[in-house]
Amino acid sequence: MRLRLLALVLLLAACSPTASRHTGVYLLLDTSGTYSGELQKAEQIILFMLSRLEPADSFAVARIDTGSFSEKDIVAKATFDDRPSTANSQKRAFAGVMREFVNNASSSQYTDITGGLLQAIEFLKEKESGRKSILIFSDLKEDLAEGYVRDVPLDLDGFEVVALNVTKLRSDNIDPREYMARVDTWRQKVEKSGGQWRMINDLERLEGLL
Amino acid sequence: MFSTGILAITPWPFVSALLWFVILVAVMYLARRTAHQAIHTATGAMSRGLRLAAHSVAHAELRLAERNREVLLAAGREAKERVVEREFARVGETVRKDLTHYPALHRALSESITRIEEDHQKAVDVPPEAPGWVRAVEGVAKLDVRNGAAEVLADIHKSLVKAHNEAMQMYRKASAERHSLLRAMMPEWRAIQETLGRVNKCVESLLARSVTIDRHMQEYEEIVRGQDRAVSVLSSSSVVQFFVSSLVLVVAIGGAAINFSLIARPMAEMVGGTSFIGTFRTADIAALVIIMVEISMGLFLMESLRITRLFPVIGALPDKMRVRMIWITFSILLLLASIEAGLAYMREVLLQDELATGALLRGEADGALQNEYLWITTAAQMGMGFILPFALVFVAIPLETFVHSLRTVLGLAGIAVLRALALLLRVLGNGFRHFGVLTERLYDLPLFVPLWLESRLGHGAQNPEVASTPVGEVRS
Repeated sequence: MRLRLLALVLLLAACSPTASRHTGVYLLLDTSGTYSGELQKAEQIILFMLSRLEPADSFAVARIDTGSFSEKDIVAKATFDDRPSTANSQKRAFAGVMREFVNNASSSQYTDITGGLLQAIEFLKEKESGRKSILIFSDLKEDLAEGYVRDVPLDLDGFEVVALNVTKLRSDNIDPREYMARVDTWRQKVEKSGGQWRMINDLERLEGLL
Repeated sequence: MFSTGILAITPWPFVSALLWFVILVAVMYLARRTAHQAIHTATGAMSRGLRLAAHSVAHAELRLAERNREVLLAAGREAKERVVEREFARVGETVRKDLTHYPALHRALSESITRIEEDHQKAVDVPPEAPGWVRAVEGVAKLDVRNGAAEVLADIHKSLVKAHNEAMQMYRKASAERHSLLRAMMPEWRAIQETLGRVNKCVESLLARSVTIDRHMQEYEEIVRGQDRAVSVLSSSSVVQFFVSSLVLVVAIGGAAINFSLIARPMAEMVGGTSFIGTFRTADIAALVIIMVEISMGLFLMESLRITRLFPVIGALPDKMRVRMIWITFSILLLLASIEAGLAYMREVLLQDELATGALLRGEADGALQNEYLWITTAAQMGMGFILPFALVFVAIPLETFVHSLRTVLGLAGIAVLRALALLLRVLGNGFRHFGVLTERLYDLPLFVPLWLESRLGHGAQNPEVASTPVGEVRS
């Protein structure tokens, strides 16, 4: 009787749901006028991410425009299938969509990074991924249109925020403190919200991204 | 501080130290007997305890050796019984195959011999009969020629020549017939020779088998009597079997690992690539389960064929049931092998798909190029996927040997460990005994002065007794 009970307990333990092992990645692409020229590099990052993501992982790419807190800004999203062959097909289709977007992207007037972050948090929480990463492909210069309120708390607990290809603006060259202050502001914002902050400017060294 | 206080009992530290030494020696001398007893008791107790433990371990070793011997003899007995049983089965098969035809063989031989005898009788060389008219010729020859005998003689000569020719022709014909009969006897001789050769071969085979059976029976008797030689032979044989079967099992594990790598990846297509049971991927567990089921089926197949005897229940099944089991296990194995071949094909397809996707994501233009020799690796993988399950069937044989020899080898290892432990305990026991004696001597070392005095006084006390003894008494 005891042995049966033990076997039952072991069976239940084996079948009990474990913590999610899947990864969720949300990439925000800055399409503002000052940065839209960098979009070709974004394709490289997207292809790299697609090659690294496993079946059942989630990946979404959204643009940062005047008002980014919207599902309409999501260019492509996918939760890869459990079966490797189907996941590969999805990746190929995803890559095709992104190639088309990069070639035909139009620049936006304003840059709503916070709105994009809010959308990313919502998306990744919904996916219940074990590891949640938000990649911001931008110069981190936020420029909100009049009337847009973005002074809202961000819940980034358990999130990793990676700033990619943070380019220097012309004014940064004149006064580098502006660039440093900008980066530091975002770092503090992310860390105060409970997230982890990283910055990768050398796109040849993306291995540590995931 | 303490040492300073000790040395301050007199104004001179050296004198103080000397005084303390004298006091210490006096105390030690007074307590000498008790101290010796304490040392003796303590070390003796340790020594006795260790020797008791050594004795106990040695006893356990003996019991283990006895048990190992019994296991070894039982295993050897069983193995010999199997060998003798198989030899008898072979003898039975030989007798059934060859000697069941012996009556027909005997009849054929008899018929051949009869035919040869008949032919031989017919072939007897009959000398031509002496012509009866020779005397008549002699009588006529004595007649006078003038009486017209010349013509008669000429006629007779003519008839004689004619008769001679006819006789010669008949003789030649008869000789030819005899030769043809003798020629006809040759195949019969050859047939007889071949038949006798077959019989000889069969008998020789039986004799050889009987010699082998005799040898095995002799060894079996030695095992039954439990002779040391038999135990020694069985023991060394068991160790050799253990290492050989271990080696083969390692090879089999390598085969199973290759088999696993062939089917683990495509299994993800069936059960999903991201589900886990505990910390293991479900796809890996599924692949492992398939391999384990194949090995189990192989075991059952070998048991049903009575090649191995790991499960006596299967061996004891009725023959009809056993044959059914053979077919069932073989069918399942065939099915699993076909599934594996399919999975191996799927693996190649998936690999190509992944390579193409990877190349596309890396932006390589030639990523979609197909290798024209790809079919070779695909076919090789499919072949391996199909063959490996059947190859794993034979794991049952070394596994059985490994299991049987493991008991003996573990027993031998246990005996060696116990023997070493007993030796160590015995050495420690003796060591403690000698340590006690040494400690007593070391205790006595600072007491050499009082001990010397004691011995002197002791001699002094003995000598007056001797001196006071009357001379007469001593002499008596």
